Amino acid sequence: MAVLLLADVNNGQLATDALAKTLDAVKSLGDVHVLVAGQGGDAAAAEAATLAGVSKVLFAEGHDYCHGMAEATAALVAGLAGGYSHIAAPATAAAKNVLPRVAALLDVMVLTDVTAVIDAETFERPIYAGNAIQTVKSGDKVKVFTVRTANFAAVGAGGSAAVEKISGETAQGLSSWVEDKVAASDRPELTSAGIVVSGGRGVGSEADFALIEKLADKLNAAVGASRAAVDSGYAPNDWQVGQTGKVVAPNLYVAVGISGAIQHLAGMKDSKVIVAINKDEEAPIFQVADYGLVADLFTAVPELIEKL
Amino acid sequence: MKVLVPVKRVIDYNVKVRVKADGSGVDLANVKMSMNPFDEIAVEEAIRLKEKGVATEVVVVSIGVKQSQETLRTALAMGADRAILIEAAADVHTDIEPLAVAKLLAGVVKEEAPGIVLAGKQAIDNDMNATGQMLAALLGWSQATFASELAVEGDKATVTREVDGGLQTISVALPAVVTVDLRLNEPRYASLPNIMKAKSKPLATKTPADYGVDVSPRLTVVKTTEPAGRKAGVKVGSVDELIAKLKDEAGVI
Repeated sequence: MAVLLLADVNNGQLATDALAKTLDAVKSLGDVHVLVAGQGGDAAAAEAATLAGVSKVLFAEGHDYCHGMAEATAALVAGLAGGYSHIAAPATAAAKNVLPRVAALLDVMVLTDVTAVIDAETFERPIYAGNAIQTVKSGDKVKVFTVRTANFAAVGAGGSAAVEKISGETAQGLSSWVEDKVAASDRPELTSAGIVVSGGRGVGSEADFALIEKLADKLNAAVGASRAAVDSGYAPNDWQVGQTGKVVAPNLYVAVGISGAIQHLAGMKDSKVIVAINKDEEAPIFQVADYGLVADLFTAVPELIEKL
Repeated sequence: MKVLVPVKRVIDYNVKVRVKADGSGVDLANVKMSMNPFDEIAVEEAIRLKEKGVATEVVVVSIGVKQSQETLRTALAMGADRAILIEAAADVHTDIEPLAVAKLLAGVVKEEAPGIVLAGKQAIDNDMNATGQMLAALLGWSQATFASELAVEGDKATVTREVDGGLQTISVALPAVVTVDLRLNEPRYASLPNIMKAKSKPLATKTPADYGVDVSPRLTVVKTTEPAGRKAGVKVGSVDELIAKLKDEAGVI
């Protein structure tokens, strides 16, 4: 049997890194067909076809599938389900919106944020904000799941799959898109960046968060924030790293003024190297940091920026 | 318009989770339980809709063990009008799967005919983030997940959603399922008089059989384990030492 993999496409732009990592997660399950849905997705479909391990790309063009609108997209995916043993997607906000709806349409359970594929029926996923890992076996006819991409390595290029145009269910006038307010940024994307610099409550204000951004730019890093920093209004919510935000696993994670609450650790503890800068030497972040610097961030970070 | 809010009784946000040594699950015996924090936000939003005159009645429903009554009483003390408990489990360790919960909620929706179902985006125990989407699918309704703003105008709702990279605004036809994210509001604390008053608000008890729903699980939990730990590294004495370690030892910059 084959795997249907729903790609994340935004304004015609393929989330290549997320797709490449999800391909790595599902490669043991059979042939992989990637579904690209949305108006103007031609280039995204062509790009998906070049990734290693893709045997076919299905391209459903139509405005109804744009902006990740759940109703039409879920109906499209559910309509294709008959030929597949597994339906998967990277655990992006868009897929988290769509895939549980697909599962319910098929009368099967969904598994979200899968961190390991053990066999065709058995999967690992974190529960309780990452404080426990559950191994679950699904007896459903189709396994529908989202993949936590931070746990997988991106597959490379080298594929040359055919792109097949398809059509399917469309919207029934249930919902309509109004606008996206997505911050334009030259920085690397948070979940795929090689280096992430995050600030916490210790940064103290929105204005001082610029210091975190400056360090990030020096390292060509993405900017993250703890939930405490987001709740205090120092940083926007889409920078949030943690169980209720994004899960990242970069080569280098620099935590500045972050105490290290469990909910934050759940979002970054798989990083290869963790650096913590905090003036409180008892902060729990030091228990997971490879390199800890007990210092006032307002002297240490400017010094770091200068000397890097 | 009636608003239906599903609420789940989960381990309290501040309690340290302990995995049972035999790998059978998380220990919930004699642990403080509370309302799922995202559900609290949903209850708060429903009450605000009533205060604004948009909603006429706020009905809360919980599915689980008998003790979920306490969670429903908390919602009633916050300001909900009426509660429904669907007793679907005898053991606190039995987690009813989102698909079964969605089917039960669909049954409640058919009886209550709400204009909006306001739910938490995920429960902090199984972290599944699925029930709202599944309910919308079963009902054939529109859905707006991860809401950080909600405005109801006539037979439509405008919802701002937390998405990757920023915010998305969509318009959904009512009735709809809306799942709420952290920044939608700050839930109120129930006052003592309201806690007393909540004790006399109506609470109906039902069973899954009343809705003709089979709640037996589709997933088998093979084992539950502690995540791999991470060892603390070293403390460095200065910024220079930190840079040297990152360059020479770790090789990451």
